[in-house]
Amino acid sequence: MSSATLTRSTAQPAWVLPSRGRVGMFSLIAAESAIFTIFVVAYIFYLGKSVSGPTPKDVLELPIFSTICLLSSSLTIHLAVRALRQAKVGVFGLWWLLTLTLGAIFLVSTGREWHHLIYDKGLTVSTNLFGTTYYSLVGLHAFHVTVGLLAIALTMILTFLRKVKPEHSERAEVFSLYWHFVDVVWVIVFTVVYVIGR
Amino acid sequence: MSSESIALSTVGDARPIGERLHDWVITVDHKKLGILYIVYGLIFLIIGGIEATIMRIQLIVPHNHFVSPEVFNRMFTMHGTTMIFFVVMPILFGFGTYLIPLMIGARDMAFPRLNAFSFWMTAFGGVLLYFSFIGGNGLYGAGNAPDVGWFAYAPLTARAFSPGHSTDFWTLALLVSGVGSIGTAVNFIATILCMRCPGMTLGKMPLLVWLNLIMGGMLILAISPLTAAQIMLSIDRYLGGHFFDTQAGGSAALWMHFFWIFGHPEVYILVVPAFAFASEIIPVFSRKPIFGYPVMVAATICIGFISFSVWAHHMFTIGMSSYGNTFFTVTSMIIAVPTGIKIFNWLGTMWGGKIHFKAPMLFCIGFLFQFLIAGLTGIMLATSPFDWQLGNSYFVVAHFHYVIAGAILFTIFGAFYYWYPKASGRMYNETLAKWHFWLFIIGFHLTFDFMHIPGILGMPRRIYTYEPGRGWEIWNLIVTIGVFFQIAGVLAFVANLLWSLWKGETAGNDPWDAWTLEWSTSSPPPDYDFAATPVVQSRRPLWDLKHPEDPDWKYE
Repeated sequence: MSSATLTRSTAQPAWVLPSRGRVGMFSLIAAESAIFTIFVVAYIFYLGKSVSGPTPKDVLELPIFSTICLLSSSLTIHLAVRALRQAKVGVFGLWWLLTLTLGAIFLVSTGREWHHLIYDKGLTVSTNLFGTTYYSLVGLHAFHVTVGLLAIALTMILTFLRKVKPEHSERAEVFSLYWHFVDVVWVIVFTVVYVIGR
Repeated sequence: MSSESIALSTVGDARPIGERLHDWVITVDHKKLGILYIVYGLIFLIIGGIEATIMRIQLIVPHNHFVSPEVFNRMFTMHGTTMIFFVVMPILFGFGTYLIPLMIGARDMAFPRLNAFSFWMTAFGGVLLYFSFIGGNGLYGAGNAPDVGWFAYAPLTARAFSPGHSTDFWTLALLVSGVGSIGTAVNFIATILCMRCPGMTLGKMPLLVWLNLIMGGMLILAISPLTAAQIMLSIDRYLGGHFFDTQAGGSAALWMHFFWIFGHPEVYILVVPAFAFASEIIPVFSRKPIFGYPVMVAATICIGFISFSVWAHHMFTIGMSSYGNTFFTVTSMIIAVPTGIKIFNWLGTMWGGKIHFKAPMLFCIGFLFQFLIAGLTGIMLATSPFDWQLGNSYFVVAHFHYVIAGAILFTIFGAFYYWYPKASGRMYNETLAKWHFWLFIIGFHLTFDFMHIPGILGMPRRIYTYEPGRGWEIWNLIVTIGVFFQIAGVLAFVANLLWSLWKGETAGNDPWDAWTLEWSTSSPPPDYDFAATPVVQSRRPLWDLKHPEDPDWKYE
């Protein structure tokens, strides 16, 4: 038999399936969430179990400014995607650049915080359990921010080269899901490390 | 490219061999990648089998000196790691990659390049693991291949106890192949949800597709903890971290939890696609539609959920609280319920059917029988006091080999014979396949039935030799003899695959008179799978086509 006989009759209703970009990104986010869960569990499990100092209370300060920057970048990326969907490429570029800047500020503050901890407070990965779990968890998040920033920077370059068109709005939206995820993870890391853990 | 050139056999392709191989390296086609996965898995099956044979020869008599204790440790570590991560997973991924688009009427996976990336990550993971034989000595001259066991408990993996780089090769191999597995899972889920042909609602998908969807979900949630744990182990070994360093307040038990929260769902990740093969093969060779389709789906989803709450039954012997023991005993027993439902469904499918005892069906019948016994010893071991007695004995080894060889490997062999005509365009040799079945099933039962007994008599796993006079000799002798029957069976299998590739009869599109979409296209399928996108109205579209007077969609 031939597969031609398995063709579609015209009277059927429209066949609509979910977007593979969104489904793929949600699956990836689920996998990433599982990885972060394990690191958060390890962090909580080892709270207060370090056999030597320094402790979180001694050295950690609330990173309020960088948190505000990162969380607002979720809003700016949302506005950027909306602008692209409405075919306002220039507005998209502006919001996208702001997202890039806010994310970069966050990353620089994390770098400065680590520099302070390492050189002023003497806390490294090998100092104690707190150091091991702290740098792993915050570092895993910072790694995800870095990957996101690389993607944002690449899109920024493409925007300057006038390669980004309104038809790319779905791709931008799929990427923005990742960025929102990175923000949500930060809310959890912030709560666990800087609020509960201190 | 002509449709012939994507055939498994490259017979008749006039281009130079370099060019033909280049096609395979750069391919993003789901059929080629599926075959690459499978061939890769088969190569590692031979390697893992050789390692098992070395161990069994060492244990054939007491005080044997076939290999040194150090080599024995490497053999069981490499055997376990290879068989799980580089044999069974790639083969199952290969079948999924090959079959899912064909079964849902799509032309390829949702993300073809991610598909190729995932395969090559898995492939390089395996290469990395085996490179340890050369590179593992590192700077310290201390041991080459990993020798910490396939679950690599802390603190044995600490720098102090495993110097050199062997453990790092193990860690990196699993990390790299884990990234590949997550990519595969993302791809399976996106393909199944977003690429189905018109008319194929979720309730009309073949069970193989359904079960692979569930497996994809489980992979995403189970592989990630392993990846996280491997990152932690690397931080411990390279950056001086203390995650699993008990002297600095770290916990060795935490590694066990992290490993087994991957490790137990992993068993179901492996067995759910095996269920999928059985659910496709048994109906076709019983000439009846699957019995209780919705119940099969629901039972598998139940298994998927419960499998994430049973992990610590691997840890009864480390001394958990009585609440922990009770919880994990109960959940481990509960998971037998949906599993039992599935067995009854397959029996219900066969009941009153006109059963054709071809090789694929024989392997599935072997699977049903052996999976039942594996489940029964599983329930025995789920009882924590019983586990205190027999944990880490050969009884446990016999139990999980009953699952992995007796159930999973048997359905994999069945799947090979069932879809071989589709992938190669040629029929396998039925006589040789029957030889394979009987040799393998005799060897399997000689090895793994009798392996339970030294376990009950107190023989621990992972010992490189034993004292005479404990009543273990005769059982170890029988177990090792069984191995040679299994080797003979596998040789018949490999010979059959290779011989039939050149000499087998032409199979035609639909040699089994089957009902799912992959049989509607040519064998092997063209690059584009389907010339026109098919439209389905029931779970058995080809039945509808062959029997327009009595189509399935009237009843569903």
